[in-house]
Amino acid sequence: MKIKRREFLHKSAIVVAGVSAAAAGVTVAGFAAEWTARLKTLTAHEGDTLLKMARKIFPHDRLGDSYYIKTVADLDAEASSRPATAKMLSAGVANLDHSAKGKFVAQPDGEEIAALKTIQHTPFFEKVRSTEIVSLYNNQEVWKVFGYQGASYPFGGYLHHGFNDLNWLPEPPEAASPKPV
Amino acid sequence: MARFDSNDDSVVVIIGSGAGGGTLANELCHKGFKVVLLEAGQRQSPQTFRNDEWFAFKQLAWLDKRTTSGTWRVARDFPNLPAWTCKTVGGTTVHWAAASLRFQEHEFKARTTYSNVSGANLLDWPISLADLAPYYARAEDKTGVTRTNDIPGLPGNNNFKIMYNGATRVGYKTVHTGRMAINSRPRDHRSSCWQLGFCLQGCKSGAKWSTLYTEIPKAEATGRLDLRPQCHALQIQHESGGNATGVLYADKDGKHAWQKARIVCVACNSIESPRLLLNSASSRFPHGMANSSGQVGRNYMRHTTGSVYAIFNKPVHMYRGTVMAGIITDEAELNTKRGFAGGFEMETISLGLPFAAAFLDPGAWGRDYTSVLEQYPNMAGMWIVGEDMPQATNAVTLHPKEKDQWGLPIPNVHYDDHPNDVAMRNYGYKQGAAVYDAVGAVKTIAVPPYPSTHNMGTCRMSERPGDGVCNKWGQTHDVKNLFISDGSQFTTSGGENPRLTIVSLAIRQADHIAAESTKRNL
Repeated sequence: MKIKRREFLHKSAIVVAGVSAAAAGVTVAGFAAEWTARLKTLTAHEGDTLLKMARKIFPHDRLGDSYYIKTVADLDAEASSRPATAKMLSAGVANLDHSAKGKFVAQPDGEEIAALKTIQHTPFFEKVRSTEIVSLYNNQEVWKVFGYQGASYPFGGYLHHGFNDLNWLPEPPEAASPKPV
Repeated sequence: MARFDSNDDSVVVIIGSGAGGGTLANELCHKGFKVVLLEAGQRQSPQTFRNDEWFAFKQLAWLDKRTTSGTWRVARDFPNLPAWTCKTVGGTTVHWAAASLRFQEHEFKARTTYSNVSGANLLDWPISLADLAPYYARAEDKTGVTRTNDIPGLPGNNNFKIMYNGATRVGYKTVHTGRMAINSRPRDHRSSCWQLGFCLQGCKSGAKWSTLYTEIPKAEATGRLDLRPQCHALQIQHESGGNATGVLYADKDGKHAWQKARIVCVACNSIESPRLLLNSASSRFPHGMANSSGQVGRNYMRHTTGSVYAIFNKPVHMYRGTVMAGIITDEAELNTKRGFAGGFEMETISLGLPFAAAFLDPGAWGRDYTSVLEQYPNMAGMWIVGEDMPQATNAVTLHPKEKDQWGLPIPNVHYDDHPNDVAMRNYGYKQGAAVYDAVGAVKTIAVPPYPSTHNMGTCRMSERPGDGVCNKWGQTHDVKNLFISDGSQFTTSGGENPRLTIVSLAIRQADHIAAESTKRNL
């Protein structure tokens, strides 16, 4: 427990420092401290960097950080079971900071995209992007925001739930589109 | 369910339980043959399917590692996933969208019709439409294809309404909800379509035809089918005279097992079928079994595909209802004035949000891309599926170094787009966009091909043994008791979804095997 607590404090301190240095704060210090403390393998700085990356790769202003934190959590889980992934992520974050000529998390709007473009063909970037495309968009809470209803079997399919409710174009003739049973 | 002895050399061994293998198994069982059906995947059911794109992908797709090469964009976007096919009982009939179209007369004579297209390894099929027509009729009846056998068409969904209005406004004449092997009325002890919107994830209503819950249980009911799931064929073996004697496979525990056979039928889809023949090389068949022509693995075709999605300023909800909800057939006709050989179909398609994000522009990121995804509810989509040119160098080969979990070389799939394919795709993108622009699209998006679900031609039929792997019955030229029973036997791809032709050929092949057995030629 003591070790965990020390890790928690260590990670929190770095996140707070990182966030206070960020001009455009995508994370709130207290919240960040809370979620990065749960990372098993990644450091708080790595977590915070990956969170900012995730927000810039698939930016949706209407989505809060929690949706993007899932990507970092999934990366952390993989890093915990695969040392090669942990190494790739750690080196990738360091390289991104190097590209950003400082801390990527501290870069102002606009410049961080340029930094990401310099690394977009690296395995590290592809790892984050390909993880995020599932972690972010395969989330039922996100589906609600995007107007995707997902599974229809529980309510008997879309047959009686709007599969043909489009009313801003003329109805096709029955020969082309017979009426439902 | 039957269980035959591994030394029983009176059985027919069929490898693969999809459209070809599953159908062939049922046909042969009903003719009195004993059949061992080897299937690499597990047995699922409508109860175990889930309306969840990623879950279903992991549950059903063939995910064993493959490599890719060539100029096709799939090699860049999905380097280890050239094909989106299935490893499960029922094969890719669990995943297919159910469009059921006959090939056209001229498509069986591609070489004659299109003449000598530079760089293409075109050949006429050794059969004609007239040869296959009676089997098409049986396949349509067996699988319950709408708009045949007095089966009404399916009702069109919102995605179809967009397609219909756009198509008719640009002057297309033949637009309807398609010929689909999806029940519009209860039939064959299966329900009618619930418009679930998850055709590709395994149909939970059972309205969509799949060998999993039609052919296979019917074959089991004869008492002559020994279905062995999770049994992965490794090698076909033969006696000194060259006839096939049986199949070596790995069972669900990874243990090697052996089944003797009087006849072996290969129906593992067009990547694994040639791979199995190549992995069955021996001193008698140094370049792979049934490969004296050198054509095993060559002429890999995957259709000239691409999709067009459009964004409107009003809601569409394309994901509601059947995925392939309608078709425009005008561009499928023989028409050489467009600057390319062959034709294509335009069929609605939809993706749920998770797969839309993954497939609309693979690899894309940033605000331009996410601003498109934010329009998801207002999106409509269509898929272009057209004839691609066989090329000798588009081939499934054995990887020189990498091995699979059984220690056998994994397949590499090489595909270079032929200039004809590129011309057709670009024309298709233009026409698809025109359809959507005609009904007020705010934006249209040309989407590159997904990993291939239509895989054809790697063990093709030919009149002359030097031109292909099997004859007009799917019987290999080199080994008389070895048959190719899937889309691998296609001489050319046609412009239509291949499933109906695969099933028709399987029914025909079963008749041939029975007739030749009666004559003691097999």
